[in-house]
Amino acid sequence: MRHIISVLVENKFGVLSRVAGLFSGRGYNIESLSVNTTHDPRFSVMTIVTSGDERIIEQIIKQLRKLINVIKVRDVTPMDHIEREMMLVKVHATSKTRPDIFNIVNTFRGKVVDITGESLIVEITGTDDKNKAFLKVLEPYGIIEVIKTGFVAIARGSKATPDYSKTS
Amino acid sequence: MMTGAEILVECLKKENVDVIFGYPGGVLLGIYDTLFDTDIRHILPRHEQGGIHAADGYARATGKVGVCMATSGPGATNLVTGITNAYLDSVPLVVFTGQVPTSLIGGDAFQEADIIGITRPIVKHSYLIKDIKELAPSIKEAFHIARTGRPGPVVIDLPKDVVAAKTKFKYPEKVELLGYNPNYEGHPMQIKKLLKALESAKKPVVYMGGGVRISGATKELVEFVEKINLPVISSFMGLGGFPGDHPNFIGWLGMHGNYASNMAMTETDFIIAIGTRFSDRSTGRLDGFAPNAKIAHIDIDPASISKNVVIDIPIVGDCKVVLDQMSKYLGDYNWDRRAKERESWLKQIKAWDSEHPFSYKRSNRVIKPQFVVEKIYEVTKGDAIICTEVGQNQMWAGQFYKFKDHRQFISSGGLGTMGFGFPAAIGAKIGRPEKEVFDIAGDGSFLMNVQEICTAVQYRVGVKVAILNNKFLGMIRQWQSLFYNNRYSYSCLECQPDFLKLAESYGCPAFRAEKPEDVEPILREAMKIKDLPVLMDFVVDREENVFPMVPAGAALNEMILGD
Repeated sequence: MRHIISVLVENKFGVLSRVAGLFSGRGYNIESLSVNTTHDPRFSVMTIVTSGDERIIEQIIKQLRKLINVIKVRDVTPMDHIEREMMLVKVHATSKTRPDIFNIVNTFRGKVVDITGESLIVEITGTDDKNKAFLKVLEPYGIIEVIKTGFVAIARGSKATPDYSKTS
Repeated sequence: MMTGAEILVECLKKENVDVIFGYPGGVLLGIYDTLFDTDIRHILPRHEQGGIHAADGYARATGKVGVCMATSGPGATNLVTGITNAYLDSVPLVVFTGQVPTSLIGGDAFQEADIIGITRPIVKHSYLIKDIKELAPSIKEAFHIARTGRPGPVVIDLPKDVVAAKTKFKYPEKVELLGYNPNYEGHPMQIKKLLKALESAKKPVVYMGGGVRISGATKELVEFVEKINLPVISSFMGLGGFPGDHPNFIGWLGMHGNYASNMAMTETDFIIAIGTRFSDRSTGRLDGFAPNAKIAHIDIDPASISKNVVIDIPIVGDCKVVLDQMSKYLGDYNWDRRAKERESWLKQIKAWDSEHPFSYKRSNRVIKPQFVVEKIYEVTKGDAIICTEVGQNQMWAGQFYKFKDHRQFISSGGLGTMGFGFPAAIGAKIGRPEKEVFDIAGDGSFLMNVQEICTAVQYRVGVKVAILNNKFLGMIRQWQSLFYNNRYSYSCLECQPDFLKLAESYGCPAFRAEKPEDVEPILREAMKIKDLPVLMDFVVDREENVFPMVPAGAALNEMILGD
């Protein structure tokens, strides 16, 4: 099953390779990984999308917690949460097909950010399902390139996702 | 103001380090120049691998953190096996490696290797010191991380310019690591759950591992076990954590463990697992492991719980602390209820043991390797520190020496490192000079770090090496004999040195025994030599096998019992 794991880490060099290396060394798969600093520059959050049965996910979480630079680990999947991925999609578009594509983009609440005579680029943000649906609709027009950021996820409500209230 | 090298030495003093096992090199010259004037003892091995195994043996024998040092590039990469070995057996080490100057890092400089990258999967943690100000705090953290929680090796990579730079020395008093806070006390609810389950168990066993030895929980475990009258089964790494001559001690389980332990593990209805990671060498085929048992597991490493075997009652904590907590609640339960059943269960296990004890066919003509181990046990009165190499020698040492102390048995369990035993014995003897220290060796393994005879002679380290010489990679030959139709593919060591001449060329006294009646006199002769290593070449039965044996992929009760 697909899981989204949120990992709060110290913002130090080498931490990413420790986390990524843990997955490769133990034979776990990373489907997507996005990382950046938080509002507190001492910390970064990694959002990792992975898959496996309950035992594998439990091991992943426990092994992540063992890393010295890892402060908090949360499996976001069972929490009420918001997840987003941004895509930049370059698609074939002629003057004839352009209006159709604009309609689709508007329906999916995307944004056209570049246009040439033969193509255009769409910026779109959403869940995995929404983004897949969008690509499926665009496919007949001829997709040239898709670039994704990987997922980020955040818990709903007033508490931080990996609660780091005790870290300051 | 102090240089990085001076700070390093000051930090080591603050951590009460009295011995470093190190090998100099270009980028370490500044540190070595500083070391020259200190009281810290420095041991120069003849190979960095020998140095780190010695630090490992030192740590296991003393309970202190082992310290070793090697230069950048090849020096550092020669440590990789030793670091992995310590990681898998949870041995606390702080490993200093030299690094090229920061300005040259990444430029493929002379003797440059990304040792932080290379060792990332085999360390508990590591540091590349890029700023002199980070040096003292990092060393403080490294020692703290190495010795607390589940112990392990920590690498500190030291670029040459950082070691030469100067700053004010200030050693932090406390370590504050946001993401590191090992849990020592078990959750009381879980402990009560365990005792409740134990109260109604008919055939319970204690299954103890290396964690019991590491936390020094022997006394607490003996008390607990005696109160409830429980059989104790050890993993190979647990040997010595519970007295081997105690009436409740059954033996060790797994591939070459004893019949009674393997049978008891198959029949038990409740396991209290303490400080073990359920290694595949111990459990045999997982779906045949303890099929009727509920399992409680006490371990300081949460990731060890339910990693290989699904656990019903997990307790995260230090073995010693949790056993102490358990004793407090003992009075709340009715231990008489199942006392008779536990008594007859213990009797049944003992009967299994009498049916199939560790045994071998004795001989008057040829030396049996097991006989050598028995004699070592006799002449050392069961009191020596026993290091082993890897293979048959290791298994026979585990089978025929009874360990009673938790720092008495030093063997490469997790990684199975050939060449470990001899340097580890040197380190153990340096740490505990008052103890008799043996390396029970095979001829193949011993040759892997044979150069360390030089180290032992130079520093007058009185270790005893007992080579069980069968001119084979014995365990390989055994598998080839049992599972590959006697096709001894490249396992024969027909060409080997004359060990006597080899030892003598290093200035090390040496003896050879070719007949059973020679074994004891030679051991007694060797015991008289105190301030030099002694090598004993025991020419043993070439095709002797280790039994019982659980073949790889079989369940524990599917043992081959041998003759």
